[in-house]
Amino acid sequence: MTFVKKPEIHHPLLTVNELGLKRRDYEGLVSTLCAGCGHDSVSAAIIQACSELSLPPHRFAKLSGIGCSSKTPSYFLSNSHGFNSVHGRMPSVATGANIANRDLIYIGVSGDGDSASIGLGQFAHAVRRKINMLYIVDNNGTYGLTKGQFSATNDYGSTSKRGVPNLYSPIDLVCMALQIGASFVARSFSGDKKQLVPLIKAALLHNGFSFIDIISPCVMFNNHDGSTKSYGHVRDHSAPIVDADFVAPHEEIEVDYAPGSTETIDMPDGSRLRLRKLEDSYNPKNRVDALAYVQRALDEGDVVTGLLYVEEDPADLHEVLETPEVPLSALTESDLCPGSETLDSINASFR
Amino acid sequence: MTKYNDFVIRFANVNGSGSASANSMFAKALFRMGVPVATRNIFPSNIQGLPTWFEVRATEKGYFGRREDVDIMVAMNAETYEEDVECLASGGYLVYDNTRPRPRTLERQDVVDVGIPITKLILPEFSDPKQRQLFKNIVYLGALSALLNIDFKVLTGMVSMQYKGKDALIQPNIHAMEIGRNYAFKYLDCPFEFQVRYSELAKDKILVDGNESAALGAIYGGATFCAWYPITPSTSVAEAFEKHAQKLRVDEDTGTKKYAVIQSEDELAALGMVIGAGWNGARAFTATSGPGISLMNEFLGLAYFAEIPAVLFDIQRVGPSTGMPTRTQQSDLLSVAFASHGDTRHPMLFPSTPKECFDFAADAFDIAERIQSPVVVMSDLELGMNELTSDQFEWEDIRKYDRGKVLTADDLDQVEDYGRYVDVDSDGIGYRTLPGTHPSKGSFFTRGTSRDEYAVYTEAPDAYSQNMDRLNRKWETIRALLPRSEVSSASYRAGIMYYGTTATPMSESLALLDDYGIELDTLRIRAFPIGHEVREFIAQHSIVFLVEQNRDAQMKTLIVNDLELNADQICSILYYGGMSISADFIVSEVLNYYEQNKVPRLKEVSS
Repeated sequence: MTFVKKPEIHHPLLTVNELGLKRRDYEGLVSTLCAGCGHDSVSAAIIQACSELSLPPHRFAKLSGIGCSSKTPSYFLSNSHGFNSVHGRMPSVATGANIANRDLIYIGVSGDGDSASIGLGQFAHAVRRKINMLYIVDNNGTYGLTKGQFSATNDYGSTSKRGVPNLYSPIDLVCMALQIGASFVARSFSGDKKQLVPLIKAALLHNGFSFIDIISPCVMFNNHDGSTKSYGHVRDHSAPIVDADFVAPHEEIEVDYAPGSTETIDMPDGSRLRLRKLEDSYNPKNRVDALAYVQRALDEGDVVTGLLYVEEDPADLHEVLETPEVPLSALTESDLCPGSETLDSINASFR
Repeated sequence: MTKYNDFVIRFANVNGSGSASANSMFAKALFRMGVPVATRNIFPSNIQGLPTWFEVRATEKGYFGRREDVDIMVAMNAETYEEDVECLASGGYLVYDNTRPRPRTLERQDVVDVGIPITKLILPEFSDPKQRQLFKNIVYLGALSALLNIDFKVLTGMVSMQYKGKDALIQPNIHAMEIGRNYAFKYLDCPFEFQVRYSELAKDKILVDGNESAALGAIYGGATFCAWYPITPSTSVAEAFEKHAQKLRVDEDTGTKKYAVIQSEDELAALGMVIGAGWNGARAFTATSGPGISLMNEFLGLAYFAEIPAVLFDIQRVGPSTGMPTRTQQSDLLSVAFASHGDTRHPMLFPSTPKECFDFAADAFDIAERIQSPVVVMSDLELGMNELTSDQFEWEDIRKYDRGKVLTADDLDQVEDYGRYVDVDSDGIGYRTLPGTHPSKGSFFTRGTSRDEYAVYTEAPDAYSQNMDRLNRKWETIRALLPRSEVSSASYRAGIMYYGTTATPMSESLALLDDYGIELDTLRIRAFPIGHEVREFIAQHSIVFLVEQNRDAQMKTLIVNDLELNADQICSILYYGGMSISADFIVSEVLNYYEQNKVPRLKEVSS
């Protein structure tokens, strides 16, 4: 967690977005993560996505747990509130925050230790509650801050930096999210900005629980030959299946792909999400097929990436709870307090 | 000699046999006749088949505490028959089903046998086996109306009301009641020496349990979010909140709900959600019991250090571990007061009555937002789950919620140099901003790790120490803010202190002790941190009894530690068997002390 402020330097040619804001307005403090850390690329992708969507930076709420990944909310969106909570418990804090104020945009950043081990239960329950948020896992397969222990997302047989093999089956959060009912499930790679940025944009506009598992290599402890979460391994075994193009409102869709292999999804703000299927038979709107496909690929050692599943008409928790449009946090005495006259009849009911 | 409105009756049943509604109808009937009553449900951690007891104490003197013996026993459970007969006071009445013979060895010469052939009476009247079982309870209710002189119209009126809309059930219930009543009139000596008569004493009172009262307090106090995990004996706080919110908080025009309830996956998540909501400006709470508090420790530390309002209701039960989940204790004080690792302290409120559960629940939200920290309302099973005669709930319509120090966007425009943890007012409490408030000012990063006054991460020793010192200043602000103890002093040489449900048997204890020539000043603690009036009270008395329902004198530890006192005068009276503490116990402990320490039992006035 850094306290170093970035210098206020702007290239004169840098453009501003629809809000008149520069990329700089979406940045955060200087990262204190290791040079080459995948997580910094994820933060950069978040900054780019938020800026290109012209979303007001102060209307975000950033939440995290504990670990290297959970430090990253300091490194983007300085003008929004952040909450670095306790290990594995970001989902519950995000749930409460979201219930209190449905008007903000929620980004939760977690890691594989935070979400697949200590916080597996909270992760699962946030999925099933359909919290309207973007939930990112910076997945590096290792406990970086405590210097390189295995995490639960490590593949069976992959080795630690010292060559010790992992003897336990991996937990795949993408499969879990699909199985439990997330309405937006993607996997990407911190090194593939071209794929990642549109995914984050789509996820931010998706009105439901959006989960992106981002393989984000740890250069210090999990970037060696025996690792399946290294830059090299992921590049070699990454198998993009559905790329998402984000098409802003009023923007034309460029037709440069064979018809039949693309699908368009309308987003709430008028923008569109164009899914480019790299394999014709894949159906990103079918949860069961997606789960089967991802699971099969995992068994074969491939990392399927892209937008793996999306529900066109998702529900979020506030629909379930039937809460008002006005955030609960904005309600006042006149909305909340039934008053003394009603209390008289309540008293009478106890006689 | 007839005793009016002054007796304890205990019903011994098997749980799951439908006795609960009949028994509570009995209590309500007395209450509707204006008689102050306290009820106690003594139940196992089980749904069907184990012994359960329901006790009603009728008391014109307001002696609501548990008594060690009972005057009337309705022994409906063969399994516990022996102990049920045993706990009858001499001269008491034993009501039982004499359809089948009972062992002669269990007969007592000093009690009045009141056998009623309940099973036999029911058999020819009802054919449905389920009704035959359920109506046994109604038959003894009918018989008791004759034996105790309860206005039958009150009982039948209650049946009609309870089954409103299910009219087919009204007549059979009333018929079962009449069977018992007629049998009593015909074959038994009616009425008993213990009798019920109309009174005015409970006229302006209500009969309610503490958990429902707390839930209503949360609604009146503006809580919009309850996150909870089911655990006895706290479950009914959350359930009552939802039940009442469904009536009181649904928008008439849109049908939307101005509240949210989430049954979370565990207690950790419950408090995590409450903290997330508190951080974001909503009034949120959770209800739990000891095991839940254990799980919430890490989050409590975070909320203390990150300074986020949260309200918790700890309905205490017997620990450690699963302990006795359906029995009562006051044994979470230390674990709540210092919950979490590191230097932490959390304020607590100790309600003693349902009315105070309501008041403290509503107040807790104001306090939590004012002090930007968790506040724990410490109730227990005895208060939470048993219906007790209480003062009515009151609310001043001019009352405004105290949302504490929260800066709006306009406020922020006026502020040049905002720092979340800057102690602007020297009371240890900084100014909060809520997420989303201002485009360029007031945002900060909330964390459990060390930071400076501007919420910027630092591991600098001075910044850390200064922050912890400020939290100490805040503690003193909290001390001044919380409800003070209730003190009654006639300058006797000895005093007695108590809190929460140890207050329930206190008026009776004092009256009994007075008969022995012992007069005591009283102090009822209502909050932690401990008020300075406690220090004064202790200094003014050469003997100070402190009554608690735990083994380790937890409140004494808190007092001694929080006020940095010498504990020599404090003499603990500790009950921790899991039932609620009785006046009999308190009196015998005080008498023992006087005897062992050779203190003269005179009504002495201190010099």
